[in-house]
Amino acid sequence: MGFSFSKEGINNVFKEWSKDYIIYAPKRIIGGGAFSDTDSIRYEKIDTVDEIEFNVKSTFSFKEILLPISQTLFFFTEDEVKEADGPKKGAIIFLRSCDLHAVKRLDEIYLRNGFEDYYYKRIREKGKFILIGCKSAFENCFCVDMNTNKIDAYDASLEPTENGYVMDNKCQDWEELLLNNSLSQDEVNPSYVTETKIHVNIPEGLSIDIAKSKMWDEYDSRCINCGRCNFVCPTCTCFTMQDIFYTDNGKVGERRRVHASCMVDGYTDVAGGSSYRKNNGQRMRFKVLHKIYDYKKRFGYHMCVGCGRCDDICPEYISFSNCINKLEDAIKEVNGNE
Amino acid sequence: MDVNTKVLKKNAFRVTKQRGITASRIRVPGGHLEAKYLSMIQKIADTYGNGTVHITSRQGFEIPGIKYEDMPKVNELLQPIIEGLDINQEVPGQGYSAAGTRNVVACIGNKVCPYACYDTTKFAKRIEKAIFPNDLHFKIALTGCPNDCAKVRMHDFGIMGMTEPRYDRDRCVSCGACVKKCKKKSVAALKAVNYRVQRNEEKCIGCGECVLACPTAAWTRKQEKLYRLTIFGRTGKKNPRMGEDFIKWVDEDSIIKIILNTYDYVKKYIDPEAPGGKEHIGYIVDRTGFEEFKKWALKDVNLPSTAEICTPIYWKGIKY
Repeated sequence: MGFSFSKEGINNVFKEWSKDYIIYAPKRIIGGGAFSDTDSIRYEKIDTVDEIEFNVKSTFSFKEILLPISQTLFFFTEDEVKEADGPKKGAIIFLRSCDLHAVKRLDEIYLRNGFEDYYYKRIREKGKFILIGCKSAFENCFCVDMNTNKIDAYDASLEPTENGYVMDNKCQDWEELLLNNSLSQDEVNPSYVTETKIHVNIPEGLSIDIAKSKMWDEYDSRCINCGRCNFVCPTCTCFTMQDIFYTDNGKVGERRRVHASCMVDGYTDVAGGSSYRKNNGQRMRFKVLHKIYDYKKRFGYHMCVGCGRCDDICPEYISFSNCINKLEDAIKEVNGNE
Repeated sequence: MDVNTKVLKKNAFRVTKQRGITASRIRVPGGHLEAKYLSMIQKIADTYGNGTVHITSRQGFEIPGIKYEDMPKVNELLQPIIEGLDINQEVPGQGYSAAGTRNVVACIGNKVCPYACYDTTKFAKRIEKAIFPNDLHFKIALTGCPNDCAKVRMHDFGIMGMTEPRYDRDRCVSCGACVKKCKKKSVAALKAVNYRVQRNEEKCIGCGECVLACPTAAWTRKQEKLYRLTIFGRTGKKNPRMGEDFIKWVDEDSIIKIILNTYDYVKKYIDPEAPGGKEHIGYIVDRTGFEEFKKWALKDVNLPSTAEICTPIYWKGIKY
């Protein structure tokens, strides 16, 4: 059912929710940008609706809630292991359509890819998703071309209007609470984007031969392998393990997992000291094809959701969407070489 | 021709090598101005000068080729520039009220530059409002970060932006970017311990390279703006030298108070025989001793708890 709220009404709902959930939303961190006197939009715990940044795409994605950047898995002593506590409350996560499509990709990897990841699952199964409608696309978005501009699989939606907020609710448990705090009940359809400035053309005839194209070479020098594109991506799921021995007592410690990036040195390190894909262009090739080629071969749909955060963040102005659009010519190039 | 050179110098005109011809000097605090003033400067140069403009070493403009008798008319045309740049003035319409305290120089700062830790022009203008007009010879420069593009260590007061980096260990992925950048571009104040980063606070110069390098925003900038204040660098004939650190991690209010206090100190101790009433402050400090200067400079200054005073200070430099 749809509802409209005053600010007070929706904040009452938030207050009620926060008894069982931590509410996470994109929040403007004043001065939180890398450059002085610039802001950053990041996912943080919020208490009131005013804290939500509705107007700008978040710099980092919601994935940090389901997959913390650094997550302690267990503590160990000489002969005992203690599992790290999970969050006591569930998580209500405000996110846009592209990001909610990204949740499906995270689930694919962490729940349906052979086995269920315990640490992901214990946060995920207590998660609720509230869709932030998009009235228009942001710079670098290409969700329409990736079919991620619209979604029905939300628990609720929320959008600011001139006088307050409107919500479409699909969660039965919340109906009474929302009814009691709303101004009126109306039909609400979350806004969604139908047109983006950026378009991508993912050619049909892609094959592994595309790796031989010279198109990747320009990224050898342009890319600085900082990994920002991976860290902001809502669909990147790689992590690495760290075993820490506490310095005051070298016999106890913890194991944690932290986000990893296929662009950053060390990602392919193997026993014996070897590593692979040393050129940044080859790392770019690996990443791009994973997002729009080999993931689909395995799961039947593209991994990339077209949020464009990788383009937003790249300090070297490398565009992922522009790279995709070079593939058609690259196919001709490698086919011509045969 | 009868011209009072003492008066015209105070009025920001110059006695030039060419008899009968002066030059007008325009101060631009913080080195940044709306482009509309350029056409006003052009008009003065075309009407009363020789059609050329010199961009001065202190980020002002100098219009050469002006006849002494045209000075009042030039001052008339300078008025919108003086007002527009918000320069303190004793008598409106009569040009600049002093020239001893020089234009406050600044690098482009964080309006444009990714490295700068603050808005250099804004702080420069604040200093200008506090100290001008004044006949004493003070040179002040501001630079956004320890790269020191504005060469502030060659000034009586050099102000260098510092960023106190904040580390959120839960956002760190141990990529090593900050440690590498700090080592290669800065002072190697960071090291990795147990997959996390440790910062040597004594070594850290607050350049912000770690924040710029961090791909996950584990490093961010503390919001309070703090600075490194260097003192008594100078060019000149006798003993040119680099300014030395006086206070690290100091705030804006303290810096302004210290500069104002130094005017009192100079008034008290300047050599009464100093040619043209000008003496680099460093020579005065050489006479009185650093401790006496420090006593005056820090009078009624409420330093923030972050501030580290360097004492004693010894200067080096070239002695001819």
